[in-house]
Amino acid sequence: MRYTQLTDEHVKDMLGAIGVRTIEDLFSTIPTGLRLKRDLAIPKGVSEPQMLADASALAARNADGTKLACFLGGGSYDHFIPGLVDALAMQSEFLTAYTPYQAEASQGTLQAFFEFQTMICQLTGMEVANASLYEGATAAAEAVIIALNATGRSRVLVADNVHPDTRRVLTTYGEHRGFEVSTLPCKDGVVHENGLPRLLSELRTSVRADSAVPDVAAVIVQSPNFYGCVERLDRIIPLIQSAGALAIVATDPLASGLLKSPGALGADIVVGEGQPLGVPMQYGGPYLGFMATREEHLRRMPGRLVGMTKDREGRRGFCLTLQTREQHIKRERATSNICTNQGLLAMRAAVYMATLGKRGVAEVASQCFDKAHYAAERIASVPGFRLKFAAPFFKEFVVQCDKDVSKVLSACREKGMLAGTALNRLDPQSPAAADLKNCFLTAVTEKRTKDEIDALVDALRTA
Amino acid sequence: MNAIPKLQQSDFPLLFELGAPGLSALNLSPCDVPRADRAKAMPRELLAEAPPPLPEVGELDLVRHYTRLAHRCFSIDENFYPLGSCTMKYNPRINERVAAMPGFAGLHPHQDESDVQGLLELLYRLRCDLAEISGLAEVTLQPAAGAHGEMTGLMIINAYHRSRGQRRSKVLAPDSAHGTNPATCAVCGQQALTVKSRKDGRIDLDDLRTKMDDDVAALMITNPNTVGVFDAQIADVAEILHEKGAQLYLDGANMNAILGITRPGDFGVDVMHFNTHKTFSTPHGGGGPGAGPVAVAEHLRPFLPVPQVVRRADGSFGWDADRPKSIGKVRSFFGQIGVLVRAYVYIRSNGCDGLRDISEKAVLNANYLAAKLRHRYRTPFPPPYAHEFIMMPEFPGSDVTDLDVAKRLIDHGIHPPTMSFPIAHCLMIEPSETESKATLDRFVAAMLDIADEVERDPQIVRDAPHTMPVKRMDEVGAARKPVVRWRAGG
Repeated sequence: MRYTQLTDEHVKDMLGAIGVRTIEDLFSTIPTGLRLKRDLAIPKGVSEPQMLADASALAARNADGTKLACFLGGGSYDHFIPGLVDALAMQSEFLTAYTPYQAEASQGTLQAFFEFQTMICQLTGMEVANASLYEGATAAAEAVIIALNATGRSRVLVADNVHPDTRRVLTTYGEHRGFEVSTLPCKDGVVHENGLPRLLSELRTSVRADSAVPDVAAVIVQSPNFYGCVERLDRIIPLIQSAGALAIVATDPLASGLLKSPGALGADIVVGEGQPLGVPMQYGGPYLGFMATREEHLRRMPGRLVGMTKDREGRRGFCLTLQTREQHIKRERATSNICTNQGLLAMRAAVYMATLGKRGVAEVASQCFDKAHYAAERIASVPGFRLKFAAPFFKEFVVQCDKDVSKVLSACREKGMLAGTALNRLDPQSPAAADLKNCFLTAVTEKRTKDEIDALVDALRTA
Repeated sequence: MNAIPKLQQSDFPLLFELGAPGLSALNLSPCDVPRADRAKAMPRELLAEAPPPLPEVGELDLVRHYTRLAHRCFSIDENFYPLGSCTMKYNPRINERVAAMPGFAGLHPHQDESDVQGLLELLYRLRCDLAEISGLAEVTLQPAAGAHGEMTGLMIINAYHRSRGQRRSKVLAPDSAHGTNPATCAVCGQQALTVKSRKDGRIDLDDLRTKMDDDVAALMITNPNTVGVFDAQIADVAEILHEKGAQLYLDGANMNAILGITRPGDFGVDVMHFNTHKTFSTPHGGGGPGAGPVAVAEHLRPFLPVPQVVRRADGSFGWDADRPKSIGKVRSFFGQIGVLVRAYVYIRSNGCDGLRDISEKAVLNANYLAAKLRHRYRTPFPPPYAHEFIMMPEFPGSDVTDLDVAKRLIDHGIHPPTMSFPIAHCLMIEPSETESKATLDRFVAAMLDIADEVERDPQIVRDAPHTMPVKRMDEVGAARKPVVRWRAGG
């Protein structure tokens, strides 16, 4: 068969060594009544050329976003991926190793993850980071659990301009894990700063009328937020912390090539979607979540963690560490059930960050910023189109048009452009949906050229 | 943080010890639009004064760094890797080739359904194939990993109980369960209770009956279980649970032993998750990404996460989010698409005939190893085994441990088996179906050789490994004063 390597002769010898007559005898522990007495209703196996032909036919029925000019964002971006990322991160030893439980035979992945943790700290401005989580939304949910455990409180506030998928995942986790999720309202695309202290104090009195202890464990804000706007973290974070809650900031890791990192502005936990760091869009996954925090929360952090240590002869080396936090040791006393990280994607992100380096990350961030601002200015100059929000932005922004947004977007699509994501479609239940009528979210990465941007502007003009 | 050990001549450099200020391996086209006025576009308080201090290394040195790191790892492509419970089988390269096709890898999750019909059809077919393999009614592809699938499954079970006006606070799992099972219960706010196993590795039905009451939401079980035994009483277990309205959850970690031979849905399971990186050979990638599709019985379908990939009446494919009883979303976007594409290619390349052959050969390989080794290493449970088995490295009168044996295997170029799970000081061995008889025989020879060494020269075993770039690590020191990042100047 396809990937097995035993000849009939081998099978005969092996059955003889075991002392049974047939392979069937090895399944004698499965009661006959429970066995499947037919073939699975799946077609018989196919050859490699046939499989490639079938898969290519399926792939051909998709409109490859990298061939279209992709201005879509909202958590997944068409950034340029240097050739080094595929060449180095996808080496067969990295691809086909498993979790580095055996340190001596895994120094390569261990060191690469240690370097990943360090570079995530450097980008986020935080003290410690883990070796990655599933993706951005669950990373935010895990950050909430840290905050619940650190504060002993049971409610979280989530800004309503945090990615809608993150908010939905927080709601799902909250219902089952037993924490309450409340919404922090926004105004003009950003967190309503004046509303925040009032809301925190209202919650304090409504939840714990008998106590002076506010019940809010954490406030989750995203910057740049889902609409692309950059939040005034320098003012918001102190407000959150003055209520004794932790400030959890979701961020775009590339933004810190230009903007102050959330850590530099005082965040307690920084999480995010690591896709911009060299991971293909691949229709939403697999990506990697990242998480960084202050040293005091190190032992509350979920997921794999690599530590630097010495071997018996004093040589520097690496091993998985603080495994006593994890499910396979702590079982029902673990605070997270996470087992695997996103090893291969952390490897991609590591190679990507190392390829860019200090100068490169500044260059990528700067080009995103310049191209997004050029595009925004040009689009806003088209009659019937305007920027929805006045707040500062990094690489994406919301456009409002006078015409039916779905018609505008499909007219651009016909010209080979993915112009943006219609916002009312994405989050129809949101209280903001009515206000976002005929709005779309447009992202401009360093990969987009002036010609592509100009073509987009022309397409919108004639749409 | 304690001080970082100084770089010795023999040490392998860190990225941060390479390169020089000003170097970068990035080579972008110059920016072709006017520079935006930063002072006008961004409050001064939010602009960084300097870029983050990432390493500064040139292209060739980066290539050498990561190539040398790759050479410092054991992997399936280079080593036999009989890591029990992890199903370290060969990862076919065609899967990589298909997943990297721009028609799959280059899609943005917000593209219109009409732009991604080929992918949606693939996902729909995979959803149906997994339902057929599980013998259950419907599958969600959304969960990000096995443990995430467990959590999703338990949320579905709890939503089902709530829909019947019940909140059940207890979840049972046998003492041999994977650690994720009880941890998942805790994450879902439930109490995990242990059910005893009998001496032969099967679940103790009397203990199960004692612990059953109306407050039990589910039993989480692995079958074949973690000691490598198919529990023939599984239908009775299901009946005991169902009598009290509780649900039977199957941890699909060991599906590699039963593909096309028996189906969880046919032996009474209500919910299960798959581990695509185990059973369907998506690369383990140094610890992920995996994917954890969840299959459920008919009565649990309304509670599956949204959105669900569906075939519409007109034959087109799309996402259905209109499921009012759904538990909601458990992750962003739609799932581990790149991993699911690989799983689809694996299932369709093998087909129904190949899938059954996988389990037959996986079971044959495990039983062959056990038969060849049991005269020197005690096997506490009676054969036949499923796709893995437990063996005890016991050396009366010697202080050589299971850990020493495991480390000595590294010198033979073999990755150690899983250790001390599910019983203390055992080795759990899972050869997988893709290994040749020659490799299995080489493993047998290595294990017998080590047993001889323990008698002849135990120190060589206690000091192993001898062939790796580093010796055994000070893991205790690493945990006492954790250094989880590099800092300039130590």
